[in-house]
Amino acid sequence: MKNSDASRRQFLKTVTGAALMTGTVTALSACGKPAAQSLLNVSFDPTREFYAAYNSLFAKKYATGGKPAPTFNQSHGGSGKQARAVVDGLKADVLSLALAHDIDAVAATGLLAADWASRLPNNSVAYNSTILLLVRKGNPKGIKDWGDLVKPGVQVITPNPKTSGAARWNYLVAYGWALRANNGDEAKAQAYLEALFKNVPVLDTGARGATTTFIQRGQGDVLINWESEALMSAAKDGAQFDIVYPSLSIAADTPVAWVDKNAAANGTEALAKAYLEGLYDEDAQTLAAQHFYRPTNADVLKSFADRFPAIEQLNIDKDFGGWTTANARHFEQGALFDQISAKVFKA
Amino acid sequence: MTTDTPISAGDARLETNGRSPHQIKPEGFKPPKATHRTQHVLPGFHASLGITLTYLSLIVLLPLVALVLRPWEAGLDGFIRTVTDVRVVKALQLSFTTAFWAAVVNLFAGLIVAWVLTRYEFPGKKIIDAIVDLPFALPTAVAGVSLSSLYAPNGWVGSLFDPMGIKIAYTPIGIFIALVFIGLPFVVRSVQPVLAEFDAEVEEAALTLGATPMQTAIRVILPSLAPALITGFSLAFARAVGEYGSVIFIAGNMPYISEISPLLIVIKLEEFDYAGAASVAIAMLALSFTILLATNFVQVLLSRRGRA
Repeated sequence: MKNSDASRRQFLKTVTGAALMTGTVTALSACGKPAAQSLLNVSFDPTREFYAAYNSLFAKKYATGGKPAPTFNQSHGGSGKQARAVVDGLKADVLSLALAHDIDAVAATGLLAADWASRLPNNSVAYNSTILLLVRKGNPKGIKDWGDLVKPGVQVITPNPKTSGAARWNYLVAYGWALRANNGDEAKAQAYLEALFKNVPVLDTGARGATTTFIQRGQGDVLINWESEALMSAAKDGAQFDIVYPSLSIAADTPVAWVDKNAAANGTEALAKAYLEGLYDEDAQTLAAQHFYRPTNADVLKSFADRFPAIEQLNIDKDFGGWTTANARHFEQGALFDQISAKVFKA
Repeated sequence: MTTDTPISAGDARLETNGRSPHQIKPEGFKPPKATHRTQHVLPGFHASLGITLTYLSLIVLLPLVALVLRPWEAGLDGFIRTVTDVRVVKALQLSFTTAFWAAVVNLFAGLIVAWVLTRYEFPGKKIIDAIVDLPFALPTAVAGVSLSSLYAPNGWVGSLFDPMGIKIAYTPIGIFIALVFIGLPFVVRSVQPVLAEFDAEVEEAALTLGATPMQTAIRVILPSLAPALITGFSLAFARAVGEYGSVIFIAGNMPYISEISPLLIVIKLEEFDYAGAASVAIAMLALSFTILLATNFVQVLLSRRGRA
């Protein structure tokens, strides 16, 4: 089992924490200046670069007026795994995860208020992304929309909804599209998903793995992916693939929250709050856009209109009744995805 | 593993390897049996036993107890429902059969590698000897990524098989290959020291008494190697059953088809189903323990026969 990651991280934190504390005590006794605070941001995988940039932006802003610049620790990994690490004792001051569901899971232990989402603007979503399709250069299979994914001979790459937050968004938008295309007929939408997963040859455990399978290993004709990952790969690798914007997508909201109990214990409440509120500032929004996340500030989004084309998006709360409902309906043990798996793969 | 106190010269190297394969004892030599009253080079019996128990408890027993206590949150029927679920059963079958066959392949291949490394001198031998340990050192995820790039339909090896309609990566064959990779060093490192210590005179005697090389191999050499081979086999097998990192990259991870049981445990954890995850883990543990116990038993039988 790979559960050692969390404990190792925690061990490292303890060690660095002890080291920091010794350092702080020495600094205090030496000159009596207020000590620099340190903040642990527990996030999901692809936000690494964005937060590295945002941390230095925020530190500069925060340090005005003689206050010492805070220092930051970042922890990245699969969103669900990160949530579990915090539940199991990783002392995160701030969470920035891929699904509200994962923050809810932490809130269920009482570490933060159950109404955490209402404490920051826009349901605590400062930046988000959407789901789109990547096809091979020139789009040889002529894939334009979700309906094309169930054609015979089309291979679809998507990670496993059981282990990947991205895959849950992929699944939900495909389901939402099928519902709409069939006038809300749930049986037909389910049949669509069965046909879709029949065309899936590999279920990677995470979004990065699926991208590797599609781009490096040359598997499949179409990859369902985050817009942010697609734009970043396109910027990095040049174009080995084309991006297809389907007729319908979903607002893949990636919320943030401070962890009340940990922040209180670390004395970082004010800092954590300022850190997350700062994400909504115009320069932070621009930074998010530069790192391929859709800003929620309409003006900033408009100035990046060529990077983020307008697309109709479903909403997890309005169209799926929120994560708790969506999860129980689709992803829990024995729920719809398990029923589909049993039908498609068991045979 | 129950073995006697290591004594012979070859055992010094065994100890540095940190494993405890079968030890061979020169003819007619009995190691002194230490009891708790005997004076010994290491700190006294009480201190050593205290350290042993504390260490084993902290590192092995307590985590296992925590694991065993976990599933009962969902009750006995929760446990039974989990481990009799078709998907769980298929995953267990897959994990145990691929691990078994991978260990079988390593048994033969490992014996040959060990043979070549102990019986022949050739340039580059030291390097090959070091390469054998690489699967120990390499992060398993790295192994998985490079294996899948090699065996994917567009990889160097995979592209040779793809035209014949044989898919390696993203099928159970891919899992098997990953498990062969991570299990290789166990057999080699178990057999190598025994082979190195094997008395050449015994072999010569067999030959001069008219045995054919084949008879010498089967009736003289193999019986003395058997306990070490079984140790290597069971180590490779046990390691393969629990392997996660390298497999998930090459497996394809399709439910009911190429989903290994460790992945199912991770999936259950992603669902915050701790009890379910622990149930699968206990099923794996129980199966592994039974199999290891059985191989240990066979090993004891074989070494008794070898001594007689």
